[in-house]
Amino acid sequence: MLDTEEVRTFVQGTVHFFETATGHPATVGSPYLCIDKAAVVQDYAGVIGISGNREGKVYFTAPRGMLSVMLMCMNETDTGEQNVRDLVGEVANTISGNARRDFGRNFIISTPTICDRTNAATAAATTGRSFIIPINWRSYSANVVVCLQ
Amino acid sequence: MSAVPKPKQPLRMMIVDDSNVMRRRIERSQQNDQLEVVGTAVNGLDAVTKFKQLMPDVMTLDLTMPEMDGIECVEHVIKIKPDVLILVVSALADKATAVEAIEKGANGFLCKPFTDDQLNEALAELIGE
Repeated sequence: MLDTEEVRTFVQGTVHFFETATGHPATVGSPYLCIDKAAVVQDYAGVIGISGNREGKVYFTAPRGMLSVMLMCMNETDTGEQNVRDLVGEVANTISGNARRDFGRNFIISTPTICDRTNAATAAATTGRSFIIPINWRSYSANVVVCLQ
Repeated sequence: MSAVPKPKQPLRMMIVDDSNVMRRRIERSQQNDQLEVVGTAVNGLDAVTKFKQLMPDVMTLDLTMPEMDGIECVEHVIKIKPDVLILVVSALADKATAVEAIEKGANGFLCKPFTDDQLNEALAELIGE
């Protein structure tokens, strides 16, 4: 089960990602618990499996419009389906990978699985308690979901 | 009459990352006129195959990739070309991973996410500018 300090690691990682990668800061709302039900999945989600010293998953989920604007902020001209899916996985990968600064190298992350509304229920399903971290970026809302045993 | 100095050939660079967005970002953002991107690869296995054909001088290399990860890829390419300059570009932010990559033969480590300036500074340092 995640403690408050561990949640802070993901909050800080999320803030750092948006500031550095897009040049536009994100604000993070108060993290809240979601117990024994699948958390909300927006248009796309990048899901990272966690193994090693912790078990579970971390995912980032966002609406298509937000991902397109993020690509544009990164000077990417191709905002097509493939790059949108690629980006949502890269965000999840970066936030999870950065968490190793605090969790150590035995916090092993998988390559991202990308889901959309058609397969999100299976890929993003969590058991037990998940922390949901709300993210507001420009006019968009997204979530980082952390479910770790 | 003094001889006109021959223009220096740019170093040949290969970009390895499983993310298309990241490959394109690195290619677009790198501003160093001493570097010329000659190829990209989508995982470690693809990188080793293309490395043998392209024989680049410089490589940016992600670590978390399917098929073959970046650490294993370093071990392979160092055997093919021991003087290749490798900049690991990874989200894995723990010190132990950076140390392992350097011990295997990488020459630098840049943590994702990064700004364009950070990328260009890391590449300049890599090639000794």
